[in-house]
Amino acid sequence: MEPLKPKKRLIPKLLLSNRDNNLVVVITKYFDKRILIGDPLSQSKIFQDQSADELIFLNIGNTGIKSLCEVIARVSEEIFMPLTVGGGVRSDNDFRQLLKYGADKISINTVAVKNPKFITEMAYKYGAQCVVVSIDYRIDEEGKPLVYIENGKTKTNLDPVSWAKQAEEFGAGELLICCINQDGSKDGLELEVLKKITEVVKIPVIGSGGCGMAIHFVDGFISANCDAVCAGTFFAHRDQNLIQTRSQIFNSGVNIRMQN
Amino acid sequence: MGNLMSVKNAIEFVGGDVIVCNKPEDLDKIERIILPGVGAISNCIKKLNESGFTNSLNHEVLIKKKPTLGICLGMQVMASISYEGGEHKCLNWFDAEVIKLTSPNVGYKVPSINWHPINFDPTIPLFEGIPQNSEFYFVHSYFMNLKSDNQLAASYNYPTPITAAILKDNIFATQFHPEKSQDLGLQLLENFLRWNP
Repeated sequence: MEPLKPKKRLIPKLLLSNRDNNLVVVITKYFDKRILIGDPLSQSKIFQDQSADELIFLNIGNTGIKSLCEVIARVSEEIFMPLTVGGGVRSDNDFRQLLKYGADKISINTVAVKNPKFITEMAYKYGAQCVVVSIDYRIDEEGKPLVYIENGKTKTNLDPVSWAKQAEEFGAGELLICCINQDGSKDGLELEVLKKITEVVKIPVIGSGGCGMAIHFVDGFISANCDAVCAGTFFAHRDQNLIQTRSQIFNSGVNIRMQN
Repeated sequence: MGNLMSVKNAIEFVGGDVIVCNKPEDLDKIERIILPGVGAISNCIKKLNESGFTNSLNHEVLIKKKPTLGICLGMQVMASISYEGGEHKCLNWFDAEVIKLTSPNVGYKVPSINWHPINFDPTIPLFEGIPQNSEFYFVHSYFMNLKSDNQLAASYNYPTPITAAILKDNIFATQFHPEKSQDLGLQLLENFLRWNP
């Protein structure tokens, strides 16, 4: 019997922002408006109970690595599942601290664009599987996709597909791709750029930005060939249950983890 | 090396008493040893050698035969040699080499980052209470190639079988992360705490 291909992954995204000197989970729309969702540990427990495949924590609160480490340390006390962590990671020491407190993979974005050699250095020191390069892009009025850094604030003239290929060449182990135009929209993932990226790179690709229904995940997995889909807004509200979503995706013919 | 806190937390969660050993002499006082690991081999083996941990581990594990668990990099460091980032002589507890994963097939990417069902030897007490083909979380670019099959405790398909766990006397090690594999991972850790090799 031919072995089944590796499964596709479902990954809740927990964006962290600063509220009264605490990092709390928020959701955004087009990388802008922030709505408070709850405490990072409480949210994580819900996802762990529903057997999410991994969790991605991104600190968009600009509060520094120490505060992010504190959240991860607290989460790691009770959450025994893979954690990808990022937001403001700039140095080897940031990598080391986050790994020490429980992260399995570190996501880097702005620093990778400004100094691509940093990708290579971190992959050499910690292994490529630890290094996720996160790429945010916007499609402009003429339909041209461009990479944005600094949490969507600064435009570059990089094409996301070319940059994705370069990030792989510099040593990234995985890519996290997010379309700012779709973020928080519930209208579905931006599939064209995603598909081009999965065609040109050989490393795993996580698609993100815009999921509103189970079919959007299916599109990401089947049309765009993503290895994983990451969603923030979709999982933030209790009515979108991971277990039901998983069933719907599975019934659409996608090979995903069904064990509880 | 890397992810100590998650392993410590997981062991405590299942009821174990755990200390982080910063000095080689610390190993003398404890009953069983865990070698976790997230990262790359060159830094790992260099630190073990320089700190005196290699000597201490050889004594506690090979001579005093304390039950020992290696995880991911902590498993790979037990090989004879690793080819990650050069050529690195490792602890040589297992006659094995650590080499890069290659992916001849579409869909099987490198690094291997995913949950995979494992095929294991059901007579091994460390797998007690764990159904065959249960899924555990893997995140690696290199894998351990054992010279002798009788030390293979579990494998997974990528797409052909590769080492998922190894066992020799008092030493058990996994390529996957039990501390990241939710309930069944915690079960395995609990089994390790009770293991009398």
